[in-house]
Amino acid sequence: MKTPVAPLNFQRRGALLALVGNPNAGKTALFNQLTGARQKVANYAGVTVERKEGTMALPSGRPIRVLDLPGAYALNPRSEDERITADVLFGRAQGEKRPDVVLCVVDASNLRRHLRLVLAVKRLGLPVVVALNMVDRAAARGRAVDATRLAELLGVPVLPTVAIRGEGMAALREQLDDSTLWDGPMVAAHADVPVALDLRADHETVQRILEQLGLDTLMPETPSDRIDRVVLHPLAGPAILALVLFLVFQAVFAWAEWPMSVIEAGTAWLAAGVRSLVPDGLLQSLLADGVIAGLGGVIVFLPQIVILFFFILVLEESGYLPRGAFLLDRVMGGVGLSGRAFIPLLSSFACAIPGIMAARTIPQSRDRWVTIMVAPLMTCSARLPVYTLLIGAFIPAHDFGLGIGLQGLVLFGLYLAGIVGGVAVAWLLHRFTTVRTPRTLMMELPAYHWPSAQDILLGLWQRVQIFLARVGGIILTLTILLWFLATFPAPPEGAAGPAIEHSFAGMLGRALTVVFEPIGFNWQISLALVPGMAAREVTVSALATVYALQVTDEAAAETLQPILAADWSLPTALSLLAWFVFAPQCLSTLATVRRETGGLTGPALMAAYLFALAYLASFITYRTALALGA
Amino acid sequence: MTLADLPRGSSAIVVSVRAPPEAPEWVEWLEAIGFLPGEQVRVVTQGMPGGDPLVVRVGDSTFALRRVEAACVTVQL
Repeated sequence: MKTPVAPLNFQRRGALLALVGNPNAGKTALFNQLTGARQKVANYAGVTVERKEGTMALPSGRPIRVLDLPGAYALNPRSEDERITADVLFGRAQGEKRPDVVLCVVDASNLRRHLRLVLAVKRLGLPVVVALNMVDRAAARGRAVDATRLAELLGVPVLPTVAIRGEGMAALREQLDDSTLWDGPMVAAHADVPVALDLRADHETVQRILEQLGLDTLMPETPSDRIDRVVLHPLAGPAILALVLFLVFQAVFAWAEWPMSVIEAGTAWLAAGVRSLVPDGLLQSLLADGVIAGLGGVIVFLPQIVILFFFILVLEESGYLPRGAFLLDRVMGGVGLSGRAFIPLLSSFACAIPGIMAARTIPQSRDRWVTIMVAPLMTCSARLPVYTLLIGAFIPAHDFGLGIGLQGLVLFGLYLAGIVGGVAVAWLLHRFTTVRTPRTLMMELPAYHWPSAQDILLGLWQRVQIFLARVGGIILTLTILLWFLATFPAPPEGAAGPAIEHSFAGMLGRALTVVFEPIGFNWQISLALVPGMAAREVTVSALATVYALQVTDEAAAETLQPILAADWSLPTALSLLAWFVFAPQCLSTLATVRRETGGLTGPALMAAYLFALAYLASFITYRTALALGA
Repeated sequence: MTLADLPRGSSAIVVSVRAPPEAPEWVEWLEAIGFLPGEQVRVVTQGMPGGDPLVVRVGDSTFALRRVEAACVTVQL
């Protein structure tokens, strides 16, 4: 029994243009060109597929909404992403208006594959405009496309573009301004007719079109093929992949050095300013020790997060990421993961939340579940504040030459520990859960291309916004809360020791020490881990607040690192590093897992196994370091 | 013969696509990415170790396929 889905009436108004295309057609670059920075990134109703919408004004001044639909090879959905695209085009997506006009983005150098989707979309009855993208690449390979002829053969307007350089945009805007596109009668969707599934017939139509354009021969060897001969080489390929990842992590450390020192100096200057302007007392303490010390301790890591996301975006845009997935497929298959899990897992190095959401592109539910379970073991950027703080304080800056330093190596080791942990967990799950259905890969290796600065900058800006929103929201709230706990009640008159030891925070910290003492954590660490459950980097701001309140005034102006170096033993620092490799100190991740797996079992299981692993790892690290006399 | 048996570097033409009984949806998926009758295919390289997965050129596109997936595609030299 099929229940007819009634059209929803809370859909947003206004003319809607939808961008449709195969993955890697340059759809997002075109979307960025059309909408500029006027974009909103959210999710589709009921699912966590990323929904990108923007606005643009046509030359006549008519405002339209632009929706960047997920890339799809055909309208028979294979993943949740492709399902959204099909549902929106058929007019059956929950809470989405059926588009008024569809802009099909095709790769001019691969019409053989891309035109099939145009034919399928055309059959839906919606007005279609084709953006013949990457015409420069097609021409460079001696396969220039006659756009006028193609428009005649397809029966729809065809506009040549080079989206990453903004070429052809004016003509495309003019074309979209044609009022006959928008004011025609609304066409009903034929949801019951399998209109979209005529792949073979479409293939023959495309063949005929290519013959008439004189493009029915295959392309000779392309520059991408020559690059792939090295990059996918059985021996050179993995070596290059390891080198790329290693250089990324070195850069995260080396390049971020001076912007971080600028931010640190700025924080100290701000705190000093507050101390001189605001009279001594609770308000001064709240601002200087609570807000500024706490937030400054987190914002200082923004440069490293930006650098890491920069590399991930460049690798993604250039087309290298799926090559990495190919090279790792066999290794990942050995522990029961799909090669496709590489991309969600790599995203998890920036943040586990988009990583867990990206696991949606894995067709098998079991593979997807395992990928989600191990994603938090990949070292996310929120751990960087903790890692760099402790490495900076406890690991000497020994230089081995060639840009390789001991601190970078230790950081690389921590990343490696997370990966090894993830592999081990996946292997155990593989051993104890049976798999019947064969796993799929079927992954495109797109032609390489230079990423455009605009697309990288827009991507970075979106990540920075997310990070700053967290700093301003949850981190600020918890920092202030912690300051209250650490300030009240005031110590009794004539009490010895720092005031914080008599506060609620001091009591809570000491109570937790019972649990954490065996792994070498003092009460300040135990206390900082509590607000750190909200997000890992809060631990750093919490430590900054606790120590800022504890030490004397002159020392409070200093940064946290020398204070920790003097107060903690090396085994304690190493133990805390080991803790952060595994501990699920991030409620947002657990909330995402709950949403993605549809229940409490997933997040509960994840929290339990990760805390157990973290405790075990810290215990072993601490005891070993003590035994070795460190 | 199937695409999985095709020696590296030599070209062949797709005849048909069959899916294993436990994954019937593979026919549509493979066809959607371009493994359609008449298309030219070539094995570009193989993963290490074990020669799995394969990098396959189909038409003007390049895809990584597992050996089991490539075995679904019947080809003719």
